[in-house]
Amino acid sequence: MGNLLQNLLSAEDLAKNFDESKPSYNAQEALDEANRCLYCYDAPCIKACPTGIDIPGFIKKIASGNLKGSAKNIMEANPIGASCARVCPTEELCEGACVLNNSTKPIMIGDLQRFATDWSIKNEQVLFNAGEKNGKSVAIVGSGPAGLSAARELARLGYQVTIFERKEEAGGLDTHGIVPFRLPKDISLWEVEQVEQLGVEIRTNTEIGKDMIADELIDNYNTVILAAGMSTVPMLGIEGEDLGGIYDAIELVEKTKNKNYPKEFAGKHVVVIGAGNTAIDGATTSVRLGADNVQILYRRTETEMTAYEFEYEFAKQDGVEFRWLTAPKRLISDHGGHLKQIECVRMELKEMGNGERPRPVEVKGSEFLIDVHILVKAIGQTRHMHIIEAFDLEHNGGVVKVDPETYVTSNPKVYAAGDVIFGKGIGEAMVVSAAQQGKETAYAIHQQLKDSCTESA
Amino acid sequence: MADISINFAGITSPNPYWLASAPPTNTGYQVQRAFEAGWGGAVWKTLGEPVLNVTSRFGAHHFNGQRVAGFNNIELISDRPIEDNLKEIYDTKKRFPDRAIIASLMVEPKREKWHEIVKRVQNVGVDGFELNLGCPHGMSERGMGAAVGQHPDLVEKTTLYAKEAAEVPVITKLTPNITDITATAKAAERGGADAISMINTINSLIGVDLDTWNTIPNVNGMGAHGGYCGPAVKPIALNMVGECARQPDINIPISGIGGVSTWQDAVEFILMGAGGVQICTAAMHHGFSIIDDLNEGLNNYLDDKGISSLNEIIGVSVKKYTDWSNLDLNHKIVARINNDICINCNKCHIACEDTSHQCIDILTDEKGNDYLQVREDDCVGCNLCSIVCPVDGAIDMVELIPTEPPLSWNKRQSALQTLNSKN
Repeated sequence: MGNLLQNLLSAEDLAKNFDESKPSYNAQEALDEANRCLYCYDAPCIKACPTGIDIPGFIKKIASGNLKGSAKNIMEANPIGASCARVCPTEELCEGACVLNNSTKPIMIGDLQRFATDWSIKNEQVLFNAGEKNGKSVAIVGSGPAGLSAARELARLGYQVTIFERKEEAGGLDTHGIVPFRLPKDISLWEVEQVEQLGVEIRTNTEIGKDMIADELIDNYNTVILAAGMSTVPMLGIEGEDLGGIYDAIELVEKTKNKNYPKEFAGKHVVVIGAGNTAIDGATTSVRLGADNVQILYRRTETEMTAYEFEYEFAKQDGVEFRWLTAPKRLISDHGGHLKQIECVRMELKEMGNGERPRPVEVKGSEFLIDVHILVKAIGQTRHMHIIEAFDLEHNGGVVKVDPETYVTSNPKVYAAGDVIFGKGIGEAMVVSAAQQGKETAYAIHQQLKDSCTESA
Repeated sequence: MADISINFAGITSPNPYWLASAPPTNTGYQVQRAFEAGWGGAVWKTLGEPVLNVTSRFGAHHFNGQRVAGFNNIELISDRPIEDNLKEIYDTKKRFPDRAIIASLMVEPKREKWHEIVKRVQNVGVDGFELNLGCPHGMSERGMGAAVGQHPDLVEKTTLYAKEAAEVPVITKLTPNITDITATAKAAERGGADAISMINTINSLIGVDLDTWNTIPNVNGMGAHGGYCGPAVKPIALNMVGECARQPDINIPISGIGGVSTWQDAVEFILMGAGGVQICTAAMHHGFSIIDDLNEGLNNYLDDKGISSLNEIIGVSVKKYTDWSNLDLNHKIVARINNDICINCNKCHIACEDTSHQCIDILTDEKGNDYLQVREDDCVGCNLCSIVCPVDGAIDMVELIPTEPPLSWNKRQSALQTLNSKN
């Protein structure tokens, strides 16, 4: 059965499975929806947007046919506004705050934002220009949401910005880490291009600690921003993790972003470990790769899962099964060194008292086996410890410590934003929050450096 | 079921809805389809010397995604042979004897021309005539339509000519493209009109194309003003009906025309003195089937109010329509916001703050939630907040108990005069 399916699923079918799943608004739909917006004064949607996009303003401009102005409104506040239109948990942000929740139904702000930014992409609009050079330079480590946003704002303020990117293509999480059927790579690359058009140099295939050393940046630039994001999924720490058929969810998504679709999923049983948004990505990607059955295993329950509600819904509609209170104990090999079964154990939640959330503990003797061909790990992400240490920054278990106002680290010449400062109960993991932190970091640097800026380079 | 039939200046119809003289009544086929759908009457597309029409005839004003807030046309009177029209009128009346068929007429303001056409059309059997003295485009350049309707003396004369030959009621249709419509209304009555109808269309240019810089509509790159109608003109028409209805020296029935789209609109015209209404744009936008709701809605309205006949409400609001100087200066209403219904869009606040009297505050309650409140002492009762409010019931305009007896400007002035003359 497996082999048959594998043969039946053509490359074309596979590629189609990874096309953006949600159709964009046509012009009439956009106009109708835009006209529904009340154009609130001091609108709650603006306050609910981490980047503070003037949402009624950009919607009004769609309604008036001023698409360029609309896209500019969006991208001005959020340099990765085209990506955010697709990946933001809008129900929890702008749309969740829409006053029409109290009377009819909220304006589909994400869809309208996508319509306006798509227009800008299709019409190759130049929305922003670089500022007059002020003679100062900034190095940014990482070209993801935080790094790109900081670069865009600094370039507009006249700084010479150089981004150092470990990978072959820029864009970070948006380019590599978000499933293509939600965020096609082209969108993220367009945002990268917008930043490059402002004279920002992006040195790809350049890894700090390998191709460059941290001190070179500190010595050669006025300021450095660390926006390196997070790394791979950690080890499960159980027996059999080196078997064939075991994938890291982040790496799996990255493969599909590059149109590299692993063939061995077709017709197979897949188990995903974890219940965050990355786990959902791993599961829905497996479905699209032709898996026959996909189960998500989580040691806690539905209530504790960290995936957004809409992601959970999306996975359920894809036919993904959820096994709560279940943890993997041991991975069992077939004769060829490939994964064959997982030994699982049932868990129960134990109240810890003292305000801590309930902890999952094994139910003794409840072990059971699941037949499985492929395991996808999605239990969080590791940190780029070597980079943090190379800059000699204070951190808390890999979470870089910064001043919450200025984003400056323990080294006054180094700032940090995005996922490198998220974790241990601090900050937000959303792409849109990283974008805002990038902007705020840029403004903080400008505050610090502007007095010493020359009039011209 | 209330009785919604009307007897308008002697012309009876089973309901107050007539199709206005316009494209929908161009042919027997169309009028018969309308009668099948349930329309009470039809004013046939204007007969006269057949004309030549241009292509690209209509334009519409769309607003915020709403199609056809207003409608404009540069079509002329019937361009079909008069014999064809007469035959179709005869056939239609024969098939629908209980419906009103009124022939709209337009010829030059000459006695013999009017006598000739009235007699010719009368022979096929119509229930009445409507004199088209209002068409604002094309025909007016040839000394007909609005060119006649803008001169009270010509209105009077023309009405007289038609009346001299007519054996059925004559309705004079008035143009709104005039400073004071009561002047021509009175002239029509002097000429012997059995009724007046209003309004014809308003001079208009729908728009200009931003790319070609042509007018909308345009004929081979050139445009000419058209006649405006549709929902946007309703308030203008309603005022003109009301102004005529409240004149003590205008005592003939009024057929209300202008933006009537729903049964509510029709009721408003009737309350303001119309003995029936004519409809065109709404039918052109949606087809003849709208008559179903027009009839049913009117019926339910009357039933709900316990009114047995539509006739009972004709003109009952006229006495409530007066000059500004008779309004009570001591009457006071203020806005009150119902915070349990309010959705906090703050539109009332910014409308008041930027463009009215700065009396709606955004406050914060003890839980940290924003709410809106009117400072009633500063509120002038202008209604703006309740107009911009998108949620029904969120803002009430509340009447305050008067502290002073009613006093109009007129009364105030005469009181002052009395006082002054005593000093």
